[in-house]
Amino acid sequence: MGDAEIIPIGTRGRPGRGNGGERPSAGSRSLAARTPRPRDADPADGPAPGGATPSPAADERSSGAVPPVPPGQRAPAASGAPDPGRSPARTEHRLPGPAIAPREWLAALTRTAQEMFGESWEPRLAQFLAVLRRRLTGEFVVDDFGFDAEFTDRFLLSALRPVAQKWFRIEVIGAENIPDVGGALVVSNHSGTVPVDGMMTAVTVFDHTGRHLRPLGADLVFKLPLVGDLARRGGATLACNDDAERMLREGELVGVWPEGFKGIGKPFSERYKLQRFGRGGFVSAAIRTGVPIVPTSVVGAEEIYPLVGNVPSLARLLGVPYLPITPLFPLLGPLGLIPLPSKWLIEFGEPIRTDEYDAGAADDPMLVFNVTDQVRESIQQTLYTLLMKRRSVFS
Amino acid sequence: MGHVVLVTGVAGDLGRRFAAQLSGSPGIDRVVAVDVLPPRGDLGKAHFVRADIRNPVIAKVIVRERVDTVVHASVAATPAAAGGRSSTKELNVIGTMQLLAACQQAPDVRKLVLKSNAAFYGASHRDPAKFTEGMTAKRLAGGGFAKDVSEVESYTRGFARRRPDVDVTTLRLANVIGPRITTAMSGYFRLPVVPTVLGHNPRLQLLHEQDALDVLEHATLSEVTGTYNVAGDGVLTLAQAVRRLGRPSIPLPGFAVPSFGSAIRQTKVADFSPEQVAFLTYGRGMDTTRMRTMLGFEPRYTTAEALDDFATSLTPGLLGPDRLRAAEHALAGALHAVGTPARSSVPATTGPALLGREGHDG
Repeated sequence: MGDAEIIPIGTRGRPGRGNGGERPSAGSRSLAARTPRPRDADPADGPAPGGATPSPAADERSSGAVPPVPPGQRAPAASGAPDPGRSPARTEHRLPGPAIAPREWLAALTRTAQEMFGESWEPRLAQFLAVLRRRLTGEFVVDDFGFDAEFTDRFLLSALRPVAQKWFRIEVIGAENIPDVGGALVVSNHSGTVPVDGMMTAVTVFDHTGRHLRPLGADLVFKLPLVGDLARRGGATLACNDDAERMLREGELVGVWPEGFKGIGKPFSERYKLQRFGRGGFVSAAIRTGVPIVPTSVVGAEEIYPLVGNVPSLARLLGVPYLPITPLFPLLGPLGLIPLPSKWLIEFGEPIRTDEYDAGAADDPMLVFNVTDQVRESIQQTLYTLLMKRRSVFS
Repeated sequence: MGHVVLVTGVAGDLGRRFAAQLSGSPGIDRVVAVDVLPPRGDLGKAHFVRADIRNPVIAKVIVRERVDTVVHASVAATPAAAGGRSSTKELNVIGTMQLLAACQQAPDVRKLVLKSNAAFYGASHRDPAKFTEGMTAKRLAGGGFAKDVSEVESYTRGFARRRPDVDVTTLRLANVIGPRITTAMSGYFRLPVVPTVLGHNPRLQLLHEQDALDVLEHATLSEVTGTYNVAGDGVLTLAQAVRRLGRPSIPLPGFAVPSFGSAIRQTKVADFSPEQVAFLTYGRGMDTTRMRTMLGFEPRYTTAEALDDFATSLTPGLLGPDRLRAAEHALAGALHAVGTPARSSVPATTGPALLGREGHDG
């Protein structure tokens, strides 16, 4: 006990801690400039955001207690010698208080606007505010199918575009085969457990032709909350002959995936093998309206969620056609929902004309089956060609 | 000689105003207005006869007044004072049966106009975007108003077969809305907080009250027969409509809506029957091509205009369009005022002038 070394508290006059009032700490003494700055610094040097001068009101209020301080220096210990007439900084002085004038807030907002919208921020901000108001007051137009063009262009397509370009690096072949005007039916293979291929095809079609692809979806899509809402707003409608023919007559570009759930829910081992093409309803719709069929082949979607298993009993319980198990999905939880970054190729084939058939041809089952087979064969052959072309799954 | 018209269901707003409007139109001799309860307002030159269409006495009225045209406008989802669901059903279905039986025995009757409802088509996720007149509900109505409507229409078709000399016109009206009428839809929109189904945004078609009266009058006076969908042009989504009215809305998860709906129904403020909930989940659209080409009727109000006219009778909510527009102007104006000194090359224009490029499009 006796020979324990006594460690003194404090610095005993050596350079050390300051006491807040008349003595600055050693650290701050070494940081401070050699020559003390004049206390009333030029207000133009003040930390006004956006380059605007601080308002007189704010200046007056702040100079009463805390002088304006050059940026980058701590206020209380900034001056080399302690100022006898100055009281120590108290907590209330450090509070921001009402010192930030509305003008400064606006200046900061202006700065933000410049950052976000670039040099010509004023018209673009006005446009942005107008869009925001239109969304909030409901002054936008939806068509008879519930398609909201403004919402689709500004939100849906903008959100999907980076996925298409950066994640799947979609390569497009034959975009010129999509007609620029008039009705047409884009018929594509379906794969990938979740219908991501439909959304990616829609983005690709819009970016290459400026036309909105109007997908035909299964009734389950419109039963699901949120999904059904987004689908209708994005231009989808129910896959039935009435809706398909109505859209085609109105001159829309309609997308259909005739394999349906058989296509997206097929096991990984059967990848790129086309399933049955429904009952050929899409062909009779095209013949009745006389629009061309554009066979479309999508390579890459099969690998995004490789379906290696299925839980039919649980799927029946939930009322969905299948409950997928992928190498990552239930295992990694929500992380397993991230699609694998496979390389995608989309080829739009030569359009198949249907306007040469007469009106009664749509009710001739033999002819409808023949055209259906022709479309199916064309897509299957293109799929094989594209697979040969692709170097590996992920590059 | 002009027509003698019998109008049923005049205790309701639409029936009463239709009887009043019809009594003033040329080519009409006399309008006999029938209901169990006296009308709650002006009937114009129409004569009110207090009679129950569920009672055979209606046949005597038709014969005595020498009625040649019958407008059956009493089929309604929420009759003014009909009490519960069972009495509503009886009034709709049994009333129609008795009325048609009376018409069948009346030799003078030459024309029957049935005010039906778009609820005939139901609402489900399997629906096409637009129903044409030849389609039926994708999911058979298990009960409620939708079943009433389909039964009433099937009795009317039966009547048309038995009396081929009578011109039968059926009008399937979309949801009627307007500043001076009380319907299920207007009661719903008048709720202080509008409940919606979470994750669903149904498409709505609306018909302005004046168009509803005009199309009934048009069908009564013209020779056209058949079944027609009647709705204003265009569709609005429910979220859009609620925002246009500036009302706050509360999305409820689908499973909570039925119990909430029955609670609302107890208060008798708005109709929240199961088929109304299905409608608010999946929405409905009707093809009105035949209304234009064959019936020859052109509604004056589009769906959006009908809603806007209805909005004039509401006190604007917290998020009214005027308020939002003012907020937008204030914000853009203030930003402009701040932005101008920083960019000296811009001449000093006032804030709202900035908005002139884009802001005044609504």
